[in-house]
Amino acid sequence: MKNLIAQTRLMDGIYKALDNKLIRYGVYLLLVTLVILTPLFANNYVLEILTNTWFYVVLCLGLNIVVGYAGLLDLGYAAFFAIGAYTTGILSSVFGMNFWLTIPFSIVLSGISGVVIGGPTLRLRSDYLAIVTLGFGEITRLVVRNLSITGGASGLIGINRPTVFGVYLSKINHFYYMFFILVLIAIFVSYRLYHSRLGRAWQYIREDEDAAEAMGIDRVKFKLYAFVIGAIFGGVAGSFFAIKMTAISPETFIFTQSAMILLAVVLGGMGKIPGVVLGAGILVLFPEIFRAVGQSRMLLFGIVLIVIMIFRPQGIWPDRRN
Amino acid sequence: MSLQEIILQQLINGILIGSFYSLVALGYTMVYGIIKLLNFAHGDIYMVGAFVGFVVLGLVSGILGAGWAGIIISMLASMLIVGLLGVGIQRVAYRPLLKAPRLSILITAVGVSLVLYNFVMVLTNGEFMAFNTDLSFAGIDLGSVRVTYTQMILVIATASLMLGLHWFINKTMYGRAMRAIAIDQDACRLMGINVNKTIALTFFVGSALAAAAGVMAGVYYGSINFFMGFVIGLKAFTAAVIGGIGSIPGAMVGGLILGLLEAIGTQLPMVGSEWKDVFAFVILILLLVFKPTGILGKSEIERM
Repeated sequence: MKNLIAQTRLMDGIYKALDNKLIRYGVYLLLVTLVILTPLFANNYVLEILTNTWFYVVLCLGLNIVVGYAGLLDLGYAAFFAIGAYTTGILSSVFGMNFWLTIPFSIVLSGISGVVIGGPTLRLRSDYLAIVTLGFGEITRLVVRNLSITGGASGLIGINRPTVFGVYLSKINHFYYMFFILVLIAIFVSYRLYHSRLGRAWQYIREDEDAAEAMGIDRVKFKLYAFVIGAIFGGVAGSFFAIKMTAISPETFIFTQSAMILLAVVLGGMGKIPGVVLGAGILVLFPEIFRAVGQSRMLLFGIVLIVIMIFRPQGIWPDRRN
Repeated sequence: MSLQEIILQQLINGILIGSFYSLVALGYTMVYGIIKLLNFAHGDIYMVGAFVGFVVLGLVSGILGAGWAGIIISMLASMLIVGLLGVGIQRVAYRPLLKAPRLSILITAVGVSLVLYNFVMVLTNGEFMAFNTDLSFAGIDLGSVRVTYTQMILVIATASLMLGLHWFINKTMYGRAMRAIAIDQDACRLMGINVNKTIALTFFVGSALAAAAGVMAGVYYGSINFFMGFVIGLKAFTAAVIGGIGSIPGAMVGGLILGLLEAIGTQLPMVGSEWKDVFAFVILILLLVFKPTGILGKSEIERM
């Protein structure tokens, strides 16, 4: 335990150093260059893992808006990811629609489901949202399992991949770059949102809901914005997931999936972009490094979740509160 | 089967399943009432209860057989063990966070749920376990519908557990302490009530009831698995909301209503049994839109 505290102290020191603007931008530039150059020397296995990491970074950043920025617990995040994936899957494989045209549909559908779930629930105590989203996640999975248009239990196969600037997306490094661009967009949007009027309202609500309302912030409206924006992040990530995998099945969207995304956000540090990116990285790399853990992985994740909340609720790389 | 017989059959199913929902919903609503926590692990506690009962029944069936004597012993043992487990969970995972922001304790509850769920999954290798008993299918025939003695005894057992709880909450000193803490924790502390002990007791009672429901579900369905708590956790929450969360009679009534609605709902055209869980969830959403305080809930508006 003492060792752990010493380690976190050390990391806090590193984050302090990163507060210096020059050092920070230097590090960011280095990281981005490294990421861009990686496909030149890495093998397919490494690229596959990294692509998977980028994908989870996008999902985690989306959930971070809900959990980290607005302080709401969403336990059915995989449902929005499923809605995006199935929307793209159905539109492109059944109706032969171009991939890029399916994205607006994903956005609208995941946004609408966010409103349907969040609208009635966010008026009530915030804990209700947690259990309603938990139910929604499970129900979405059941619905796609039972409908015929979603391919039932075996899922959808043969989703068409798109062409970008004349290049047919098929190789792993295509997806590597595509998801990395998605990560950059997600980071940019998250950053801009956090420092906007909306972001400040969320922080206020998170810290003191009654005071926020007394200041004239419509808490229900702003919470709903956070929830719906988070849902849309999940939907878009789902669309890209569908074309990368070309096949999707209901079992991808089980509760464990939502719990893992939540764990990454909590582990890395709720509300802080680098923390969330780090959390997503740990989430993907952990099972690759510790293969022996295997089936009991989620057991360990549960314990980690409890330990973090009790001993370091701010996560590994916490948000700097002003 | 004639229409009346179908309805009768579904009424019996509804009451039986509904009484399981009620028992689990009671734990939700009691814990919520006292510390305003939605205990996500509660469905898993029900599942663990079923497994503990299964193990104890295996141990005692050599002496007592797997008839009612063995079942009652294993149910009581499971209630005691799982009740203590509930207290342990409260002590380790929830008590340190009672003063922390709400989000922390909700996340810990998810962690506890993951731990219980996956622990049993690893232990059982993800397989179904046959909950073998010596109970017969004898019963009373009403037309072509048979009400087995097992079903009747299970309903009587849940009813007596609920009556017992009702007496405990309303007539004993501990029950009074629980009700007082639900109203004003700080005032109770000043009045010399041991708040931590009373909260622990609430977890004990709530978990023990869930364990009883778990064992009875094992007896009724004849098979248990590690994921049996997940959906019932959601249903029990729905039942608690139907009755008005925080209200103990509400949870009892809510469970029965949900059980009956589900049993009847699956008979409607377009709503087959594969849509049963979706049906319950739609009820929950509609309720939250139109009557979030439930039937017997207080109409106060609470905030985080």
